[in-house]
Amino acid sequence: MKRKDFLKNTIPIAVIPSLLKPFSVRVFGDSPALLDMLNAYVETDKVLVLVQLNGGNDGLNTIIPIDQYSNYVNARTNIAIPQNRVLSLTGINNAGFHPSMTGMQQLYNEGQLRIVQSVGYPNPNFSHFRSTDIWMSASDSDKVLTTGWAGRYLDDQYPGFPTGFPNTNAPDPLGIQIGSTTSLATQGPSANMAISISSTSNFYNLINGVEDPVPKTPAGEALQYVRLVARQTNAYATRITDAASKVPQQGTYPNNTLADQLKIVARLVKGGLKTRVYMVSMGGFDTHASQTNTTDPLTGSHANLLRRMSDAIKAFQDDLKGLGVADRVIGMTFSEFGRRIRSNASTGTDHGAAAPMFIFGSKVNPGMTGVNPIIPSNPLVNDNIPMQYDFRSVYASLLKGWFCADNMTLENTLLKNFQQLDLCVNANCAVTSVNDTRVSGITLISNYPNPFADTTTICFSTKGSHTMVQIMDAQGRVIKTLYDQITAAGDYQIRFDAKVLPAGLYYMRFQNGVTQQVRPMIKVR
Amino acid sequence: MDRRSFLLGGKEQKSSVISNEVKKSVRTNSGVQPYTGPWTKKEVIHLLRRTMFGAKPADVNYFLNKTLSQTVDELLNPASSLPAPPLKDYDTSGNVTTPDTDVTYGSTWINSVNNDGTIQTRRILSLKKWWVGLQLNQDRSIREKMTLFWHHYFATELAEASHANFFYRHITLLRTSALGNIKKLVYDVTIDPTMLIYLNGRLNTKNAPDENYARELQELFTLGKENIPNYTEQDVIAAAKILTGWEVNPFDSSFPSFFTLNKHDTTNKQFSSFYNNTIITGRNTATAGTQEINDLINMIFSKSNEVSRHIVKRLYRFFVYSEMDAATEINVIEPLAQTLRNNNWEIKPVLSQLLKSEHFFDVLNRGAQIKAPLDFIVGMCREWNVQFPPLNDTAQTYAAWNAVFNAAFILQQNIGDPPSVAGWPAYYQVPQYYELWVNADTLPKRNQISDIMIAVGFTQNNFKLMINAVQYTSQLANPTEPNALISEVCDSILSFPLSDTVRAQLKKDYLLSGQEQDYYWSDAWQAYVANPTSSNFNIVNTRLVGLYKYLMNLAEYQLG
Repeated sequence: MKRKDFLKNTIPIAVIPSLLKPFSVRVFGDSPALLDMLNAYVETDKVLVLVQLNGGNDGLNTIIPIDQYSNYVNARTNIAIPQNRVLSLTGINNAGFHPSMTGMQQLYNEGQLRIVQSVGYPNPNFSHFRSTDIWMSASDSDKVLTTGWAGRYLDDQYPGFPTGFPNTNAPDPLGIQIGSTTSLATQGPSANMAISISSTSNFYNLINGVEDPVPKTPAGEALQYVRLVARQTNAYATRITDAASKVPQQGTYPNNTLADQLKIVARLVKGGLKTRVYMVSMGGFDTHASQTNTTDPLTGSHANLLRRMSDAIKAFQDDLKGLGVADRVIGMTFSEFGRRIRSNASTGTDHGAAAPMFIFGSKVNPGMTGVNPIIPSNPLVNDNIPMQYDFRSVYASLLKGWFCADNMTLENTLLKNFQQLDLCVNANCAVTSVNDTRVSGITLISNYPNPFADTTTICFSTKGSHTMVQIMDAQGRVIKTLYDQITAAGDYQIRFDAKVLPAGLYYMRFQNGVTQQVRPMIKVR
Repeated sequence: MDRRSFLLGGKEQKSSVISNEVKKSVRTNSGVQPYTGPWTKKEVIHLLRRTMFGAKPADVNYFLNKTLSQTVDELLNPASSLPAPPLKDYDTSGNVTTPDTDVTYGSTWINSVNNDGTIQTRRILSLKKWWVGLQLNQDRSIREKMTLFWHHYFATELAEASHANFFYRHITLLRTSALGNIKKLVYDVTIDPTMLIYLNGRLNTKNAPDENYARELQELFTLGKENIPNYTEQDVIAAAKILTGWEVNPFDSSFPSFFTLNKHDTTNKQFSSFYNNTIITGRNTATAGTQEINDLINMIFSKSNEVSRHIVKRLYRFFVYSEMDAATEINVIEPLAQTLRNNNWEIKPVLSQLLKSEHFFDVLNRGAQIKAPLDFIVGMCREWNVQFPPLNDTAQTYAAWNAVFNAAFILQQNIGDPPSVAGWPAYYQVPQYYELWVNADTLPKRNQISDIMIAVGFTQNNFKLMINAVQYTSQLANPTEPNALISEVCDSILSFPLSDTVRAQLKKDYLLSGQEQDYYWSDAWQAYVANPTSSNFNIVNTRLVGLYKYLMNLAEYQLG
């Protein structure tokens, strides 16, 4: 059923305005919002897999910036990956993967992986909890949202949940989280839109069993009875078990928890579940100490983590291909933050800001979005990688480019308009590719004088439509938005008054359509 | 006792009688000897959960400073006087022919004569909300639990005896006599107006005898049906004759019953050999009714072994466990029945002996019940310290109580309306017993209710009824330390221990958001305490809500 029909048939017309969230709607030159909404529900067989890397993955040791190798080694002498061991990527000569990531190297070279460089958000928060909540809820860093971005998306697509679910149109869980928890990411306005499948049946318990055995006592007997009823009455248990049982054979997976989880996802997708969003996770990325072994930077905890992640994702892709469902699935890795540019004295790295994300699947647009982060020649202890892309741009691009979400759905989900990136291909979405022919070598934003004392003039060149210029400090915080409007194509100049700011390293960030550019500038006394 | 010995039922078996297992699981031979083991939070919670509705943290702490004996004595001797009566929380002035304008909103209707069907329906609802309110606000005593027990024991249904004023009188009798003499209570219930309506006693006349109450008096209220030999049909007929002539008066503001001699069968009543062929002499005076009923009850109670065992078994199923094997019969039921007989049918000595006994505190009897819906929802409100509107706001208070009443109603325990005269089947229906509370319909609803209570709350009359996870956590002994936090919460709200593995997993998944180091939680909590901004609040609240929601969704949470 089309959502239009659904609304017509089941919801009194007066209720419709309440579906519009009380946030300002900024649509850039597209069709009126309300028309969009009437066509909002999208029938799709596409699946999105969210891979959470818990703890804050160190981006600089995941994708090594070869073009700044000496600055890189200087910043992290004790954990730097030797240049000759960095895994090379077809078509890219200035960046390569950590040597553990052979699986993902292969995926990249086969065109099944896209890198998005330096993803973060303005005003990074360095608390695991808060930053995780920001990524899950997709809130601004100074706002608190109690719903999650995937939850809002699913609520937009399936209004009214959980009342009346499951039903013939939505017989399966809307979202599935493998693990004992359901996260904030899938929290909708009135219920969590995802079910967790670690503790609801024996099938899940294979993965992450946290259920205690039942003793032969009166209490044990009562417990067993309640658990039995719980299994029988889980609205989705039968569908899930049936789907799983349709897939007796799968590819080979390595022996690690992420692989175990992804293996189930592949099985359920192949088994025919209509579930749109899956969430899996692995922990341990909080590498404050002993990220590498002191004697060998190629080994250590981070090398193991990246190997497990890379091997698991490679096995998952191979399995999806073997099962014939690869074209239906796209995955995305994310972590609550990256880590500091400088390593610390205990062969580790502390909480940082932006970091790369990986988008994987046979239908990704292969390649790299963005460029290597800039590594200062002598970074201070608190210096961070400034963001090139807001993480919500990645969400928005996947919702639009993979799930064919329209502008109203995007507004309902992300509460603002975000830059669209060309990350994947779904012909049904009819998203006209916005490939920008401007190559990375061209300077789109610059300033003079540089270094500067009090003020400097920033020059930028836009192709027209929405254009934004932001100033970030060395810790990755957006301290000023100098320009944010819809404008005509051309070259522009804008004055940046930095009198009140301390001397030091700053970044200017230019955003125009799918393009962005981040360049450093120095304020001196 | 640690979990291992709990699971193994590892107690020294002191009794000489070996049990015949009636179910697959291990039963216990422990008896009514005074329990002398540890008196810790676990024992206090077990006792309070069975004798009150949920174990409120403040009550647990209070009784931890007493001995077991002092605690039971206090529970059995309510300090507070009878609660204030139910209030008018409705307005029917516009849509009934005889509105009860004599009662102002917010004052009580219990002495207001008004037999309009709509008015009575509203009063019944008001009474049910009020009753749940009494359970929520109970003092530190067993009185409310015993009132519910007697309501189950002498079950009547408001749906049939549909009169709130009579029913208020009825449950006031049950509440007043909750810890008194059961023989006296059987007498009082026999001529109680609600019972006379419910089991047709008011229609039982010498010309048209109705045996309904005469049968249940023996089958359900005193002897039970499993005795061999037992009362006969002749005994039912004879008892019905004795009970003739009683009626009720809905036009008197005290809502009494009364005896009418000319409707009474004045002949002699002949009983069977079970009662030693007793003949109860028919009387022909104004006191014939009460005299003959006294004779009847004396005769029935002269079967003291049968009656005492029947009463004790019903208490046992309500307070301890559903099944009784041979060992339990000998080590527990019979000694308690003896106590009841020796104390001339006083109920308190029996409860005292049971609640102080080794058997009651036997690990094998802990967590062995499935919570009744009222235990589930009233207990949830009390155990999580859910805040209610101020009592002086009748509208908000009754609306909030209504939410709780309604939750129990949805879960199949409609207070004031048990399914039949036998009470709730969970306390008698072989072989499922407590399992009857939980089925494909009610378990998901239990989960939904706990989800709503922890996540969004029930909003009634602009008041949001919900568990405040952060506030609850603040009163724990050591909320900063995640292991201590989880331990204390599990011990406080679950009647069945979670293994260390599961607790560690929950700590990591919820409190640490997948991280390894405990200090991430400690820092977040300390940051909130030092600076309770909405952002800091939300960080800890999200994690606590997730954890508590998960715990309440566990099968373990359904055990009582």
